Amino acid sequence: MIETIFFYLFASVTCLAGLMVISSRNPVHSVLFLILSFFNAAGLFILLGAEFLAMLLVVVYVGAVAVLFLFVVMMLDINFAELRDGFQRYMPLGLGVGGLLLTEILFVFFNRENMPERLDLTTGVSNTRALGRVLYTDYIYLFQIAGLILLVAMIGAITLTLRKRENVRKQSIKKQNERKREDTIEVVSVPTGVGIRKP
Amino acid sequence: MLEISLSHYLTVSAILFVFGVFGIFINRKNVITILMSIELILLSVNINLVAFSSFSGTLSGQIFSLFVLTVAAAEAAIGLAILVIYFRNRGSIAVEDLNVMKG
Repeated sequence: MIETIFFYLFASVTCLAGLMVISSRNPVHSVLFLILSFFNAAGLFILLGAEFLAMLLVVVYVGAVAVLFLFVVMMLDINFAELRDGFQRYMPLGLGVGGLLLTEILFVFFNRENMPERLDLTTGVSNTRALGRVLYTDYIYLFQIAGLILLVAMIGAITLTLRKRENVRKQSIKKQNERKREDTIEVVSVPTGVGIRKP
Repeated sequence: MLEISLSHYLTVSAILFVFGVFGIFINRKNVITILMSIELILLSVNINLVAFSSFSGTLSGQIFSLFVLTVAAAEAAIGLAILVIYFRNRGSIAVEDLNVMKG
């Protein structure tokens, strides 16, 4: 019973937040609703028994991706009201495509006689441990490729956004290492009462 | 209605997916919102995978959901990086202006 209540809570908040993501005027609000949606989806994952993925969703999505979105939205100085001009124009097309898609997919809901029953996954092993057992044995190559994808994405993002700016004094390690003692230090014996004259 | 079945989860995922597609249609000019809509679509895919995994008793769905999460994170990072340099070069992110690479 309590599971049912929580399912409807999480599901409704997820869907409403998703609607607000696409319809709110301010992109900052959109990002915040996206975070709300992810949190509630994590709740749904916990109801499904996937605790590890739920935590991953909170850590990776809310902690990294959504904050990245927030940074970019705040960093770019854009007139967002201007970007919403076509809202009315594209509405009928979007409603048509979306309604068609929704009715097609919702046939699943009305055709639920032959849905599988829920199996008992509790084998005495925690979800994280079970996932690790499968991930590091059967799916080890996929796991490695996923790491490679993340590395490529990281390098790509850095090289894309890195820029060389003019008139900025930067540390040049090559120059520093090339400096010799003789080039920079000169030992002068100073005569008394005369001082050092610059050549 | 009181017993939560697989189709309940599939319905939530379907609604989220349609919101994502709808968001791409109605926010045609705003690239940031389009990227967020793509995140919504990928989230709905993840809900689908995890629901099937939970109801079928195998862990493969959760593993694939993990990989979808990885790709989504990479995609968001690259997409936002492209957005930032585009804005730096052109001073706008309107989708209509994104035709430099058109042949």
